[in-house]
Amino acid sequence: MRWIWIDRFLEFHKGKSAKAVKNLSLAEDFFADHFPGYPIMPGSLILEGLAQTGGILAGEVNDFREKVVLAKIPWARFQREALAGEQLIYDAELLHIRPESAAVHGRATSNGELIVETEILFAHLDQSRSQQLFGAENFVFTGELKRVLGLVKLLAGQTDGTNT
Amino acid sequence: MPSQEEIFTKVSATLVEALNVDEEEIKPTSTLQGDLGAESIDFLDIVFRLEREFAIKIPRGELFPESIFQGDPEFVQDGRVTDKGLAELRARMPFADLSNFEKNPEVSAISDLFTVDMITRYIQGKLGQPSPN
Repeated sequence: MRWIWIDRFLEFHKGKSAKAVKNLSLAEDFFADHFPGYPIMPGSLILEGLAQTGGILAGEVNDFREKVVLAKIPWARFQREALAGEQLIYDAELLHIRPESAAVHGRATSNGELIVETEILFAHLDQSRSQQLFGAENFVFTGELKRVLGLVKLLAGQTDGTNT
Repeated sequence: MPSQEEIFTKVSATLVEALNVDEEEIKPTSTLQGDLGAESIDFLDIVFRLEREFAIKIPRGELFPESIFQGDPEFVQDGRVTDKGLAELRARMPFADLSNFEKNPEVSAISDLFTVDMITRYIQGKLGQPSPN
């Protein structure tokens, strides 16, 4: 399975906020088990999508020179379940960015209704330290995720409100 | 400038948010790791919340120094902090109360220096300084 939990960025405002979309197809693997006959997206994966949205927002500030790893979710409040067929909108707003960390406020909505609201804390690791701790593979920015951001740049001229 | 009590109250509120502890659990003498269950990641969270709460800038490593004793092998001997190491601690963390630690300066006890009181004193010092802007 490819570990990518957003389909596309809709907006990207450098150092401020990002908006991404995630379509919940019934063909997603996790719906087979979660749950048979009642396909709801696991809350942890919604948070992962918000973390990918927010992590790219944070990493892009320093041009991805440092690794951004999800450090902590201080709180998350789920309002309702997200069912197969829904389209989730992930909004991430950068609360702070420091040399060693960043935090975002995240909201996932569907058709304007709040699904979950959360705060996510990221730790910045320099390249050598992150490889020591996690190995070369295990962090937010795979090439694939960066390509997702490339797509928003490509569409920048076509999407209102998009600012790269 | 806010009083020490006002600062303590705000620091407590910050720790309630960052560590998910009850306000009643937080005493000035509480140690962040031992008593309040903070993990290293939580220090990042605490620093950011303190910056926001008090509208101050906390340079990296100033409140919670990283790897103080890695710079010099003479700072620690046989698991104990040497006089030279203590001098380094005093210089790096003038806001920490070393009086108890100095009596038995085992490296393993260093996390006990990180108390609620220590944060309060640090903030007090920060607010007392003229603003860099």
